[in-house]
Amino acid sequence: MHLAYPTVVAALLFSVGVYGVLARRNAILVLMSVELMLNAVNLNLVTFDMRFRDRLHGGQVLTLFTIVIAAAEVGLGLAIVLLVYRNRQNVDIDRLRSLAESDDAPDEETEPGPEPETVERAAP
Amino acid sequence: MIWLASLAILLPFLAAFGGMLGGPSLGRLLGGRSALRDGPALIACAPVAVSLVLAAVVAFVVWQDPGERTGTLTVIDTGSVPIRVGLQVDGLSAVVALMVCCVALAVQVYSVAYMDGDRRYSSYAAFISLFTAAMLLVVFAGDLLVLYAGWEVMGICSYFLIGHRWEERANSRAAVKAFLVTRLGDAGFLIGIIVLGLGARTFEIHGVLSRVWTMPDATLTAAALLLLAGVAGKSAQFPLHTWLPDAMAGPTPISALIHAATMVAAGMYVVARLYGVFAAAPGALAVLGVVAVVSMVGAALAALAQDDLKRVLAYSTISQLAVMGAALAVGAKSAAVFHLLAHGAFKALLFLAAGCVIATTGSALLANHGGLRRGMPVTFWSMTAGFAALAGVPPFSGWFSKDSVIEAAQHAALHGGGTTEAGWFAYAPLNSTRHGEITGPPGGVAWLVYLGLLLTVALTAAYAMRAWLMVFFGEPRGTYEIREPSRIMTWTVAALAVPAAVLGFFGLGASELRPHPGPALLGIGLAILGAGTVFLVWNRDPASDPAAGLGPVRRVFARGFYVDELYAMAIVRPVQALARGVVRFDRRGVDAAVVASGRGARRLGGLLRIPQNGNPQTYLTGLLAGVVAITALAVIFR
Amino acid sequence: MSGQEIVFTLLGVVAVGSGIMVVTTRRLVHAALWLVLSFGALAGGYLVLTAEFVAWVQVLIYVGAVVVLLLFGIMLTRAPIGDSADLDSGNRWAAAAVAAATAAVLVTVMVMGFRNERMPLRAGGGSASALGGSVFRTWVLPFEVLSVLLLASLVGAIVLSRTDIGSRVAGRRKGRG
Repeated sequence: MHLAYPTVVAALLFSVGVYGVLARRNAILVLMSVELMLNAVNLNLVTFDMRFRDRLHGGQVLTLFTIVIAAAEVGLGLAIVLLVYRNRQNVDIDRLRSLAESDDAPDEETEPGPEPETVERAAP
Repeated sequence: MIWLASLAILLPFLAAFGGMLGGPSLGRLLGGRSALRDGPALIACAPVAVSLVLAAVVAFVVWQDPGERTGTLTVIDTGSVPIRVGLQVDGLSAVVALMVCCVALAVQVYSVAYMDGDRRYSSYAAFISLFTAAMLLVVFAGDLLVLYAGWEVMGICSYFLIGHRWEERANSRAAVKAFLVTRLGDAGFLIGIIVLGLGARTFEIHGVLSRVWTMPDATLTAAALLLLAGVAGKSAQFPLHTWLPDAMAGPTPISALIHAATMVAAGMYVVARLYGVFAAAPGALAVLGVVAVVSMVGAALAALAQDDLKRVLAYSTISQLAVMGAALAVGAKSAAVFHLLAHGAFKALLFLAAGCVIATTGSALLANHGGLRRGMPVTFWSMTAGFAALAGVPPFSGWFSKDSVIEAAQHAALHGGGTTEAGWFAYAPLNSTRHGEITGPPGGVAWLVYLGLLLTVALTAAYAMRAWLMVFFGEPRGTYEIREPSRIMTWTVAALAVPAAVLGFFGLGASELRPHPGPALLGIGLAILGAGTVFLVWNRDPASDPAAGLGPVRRVFARGFYVDELYAMAIVRPVQALARGVVRFDRRGVDAAVVASGRGARRLGGLLRIPQNGNPQTYLTGLLAGVVAITALAVIFR
Repeated sequence: MSGQEIVFTLLGVVAVGSGIMVVTTRRLVHAALWLVLSFGALAGGYLVLTAEFVAWVQVLIYVGAVVVLLLFGIMLTRAPIGDSADLDSGNRWAAAAVAAATAAVLVTVMVMGFRNERMPLRAGGGSASALGGSVFRTWVLPFEVLSVLLLASLVGAIVLSRTDIGSRVAGRRKGRG
């Protein structure tokens, strides 16, 4: 089997995941997109395991591990999303902007001082 | 010897620090209200008294064994010309130091009573002590830079003392004015010292004077003229005299100390001290002579029309200092120093007595005085002695000294050349002149000095007479009770009357200071003329001011020939306008550039702030775009 | 083009297509369901690649567990069941550009790198026995570490989602509010 097929599929799947992560507002959809990217990686791992006929099956084992980690990640991620939802009543990523620089920094400096004409005149 | 002198300097210096740091607490410790248990007063008076004793011992030793004694305390190696921190004791410095200590002690004792109840008495007395120490340092200094140090300390002390009652705007302005005007001269003085020191390759006064004749004429003249600038500033000579009348804003004892006996005397003292330099620079002497003539006649005329007793005395100080300057200009150093001593005595007396008058009447204006003869006998007789000495009435001290000055000027005018120096105040380097004797000023200047002196004698007698008559005679012109002020004050004044009266007889010991019949009779005649005119004018209407007889010029005299106004117009206004322009340029130019760059940076920061919007997706987008771009570049340019 | 390649291409098209649907659909629940389809297609792809054990694990864990978890999340955040107009942020076009660039770079690299590479596909390489032997012999230590990680993440998830065992400060704040 030609190696280009699975790798191209993985690349496209990864790009779709990238688009999802960057473009979706809902945090759960972002998590799904992350899963898509992970799967693209998994596909690559399996493909190259088959390509190199690894005696230790490193690729496939690592795929299993990745799946486990992905499950853990989804669990934690959803817990965080739920916590955010509980606190803010929405899970829209572009509305969670507490990290933005606040505008209450001292803005324009004070007005220039008195005009020189008001400088005290010393009597001779 | 040197140690005695340095101790005499050190004692008031330590007293100044002690008084400033521990005066009030010592007062609380002693807990008394009487004069002997007053802490700050004790700290102020006792060291000066000891210094007086030390100065007297020094003077006695020098009198017994004339000659010059120098001692170096330490040498500061500067890399080029070393500075020897040393003292020099000779006849001149010993006798001036004695006079300084006398006046300082009198002023300190007088101040105890005069400043009774003043909140800042402690610092006031401490500054007087510091001032005394600085003056003694100038007097005893054996090195030009040491002298300059004392000179500068005096300047700052006079600033603090004149501005003692700074709550009133006028007083603090007078202090600033005194400081700035003397500073103007001091800049020249410092440069003069440096020119002199570099020319002679040493800063020691002794060394400088012995090498005067090896220096080029141009250097000498430049140095002497620069020194003259400082002298004119400190001694309040034209054109830097304007600070002295205003400095009368300070308490009266301060006027006695600073503006009669010590600080202004320092200028003339320095000329006498460095006379070898001036003697070798006839141009500088001629300038000194012209300045002195302008100062003495102008100040005497101004004194004639002043309304304020203290300002009369202030202008008279300028005038009398100019008399000393004139004596120096015609080569009569001994006469100048003699007049300096006599002037120190009688002017301190006059100021302190004026303080008594002001304390009694509560006003410094002559128009509010009158009739004080009855009820203030001590003050009256003391001040009479002072005015007599000022006017040159024989046999008071002023007559002897002024007579010797006139004699010297007459000699210079008639015979040309200077007088030969000998006697008590003379010192060695002058004998080693290039031409054998001091070259006097040009004949024209000598004549000018001579005529100016004669005119001044008449004018001095006139304004002394006017002030005397207006203060003590006629009817009282104010609502006050005529009685002597505190006993300490009157006793001090009475004590000062003694030297003012009899100091002149010491001049009989030196040949060049003895009265000569011609100038003496001329001087007495002119004095009688001036005083008599004023008396006749006054006698017609004792209630009015004799100065009213001056007519329209009175106003010109009273304003000091509008020199202040002239300065205000020629210097102060342009400088202020320039300063305003600079401020405007700073606001609109320099400052605006800074502010604009700040705003620009802020706007630029605002642009850069747009991506920092808190949305993680935009961050991630940028990050990934960067990664992709880098990867693409790596692939393409592999 | 061999039969394997044809099957794999079809499965890949389904996987990528349903992936695109996941990131473009306007319904949250549909996105989860499209995700099931995508994962299933991928599992088929694994089968074609003879990695049968990985394929079943994929079906069991992803399709069985992860998607169910996501559906739970969707429900717990009270997401609307029907169309929601604002699922995409304003960042969409930049995201599309970046994704397209990523795809272009990756596909170019893959095609350039593996243009002539072929891989032999023989049955047995991905069987449960082979993988089990490998996991429990060679990779047993990472496996154990991974189990600890999983445990830790589960504990963390529980701590995060339960309100009554938050930090003391948070609890106090809640009590005050």
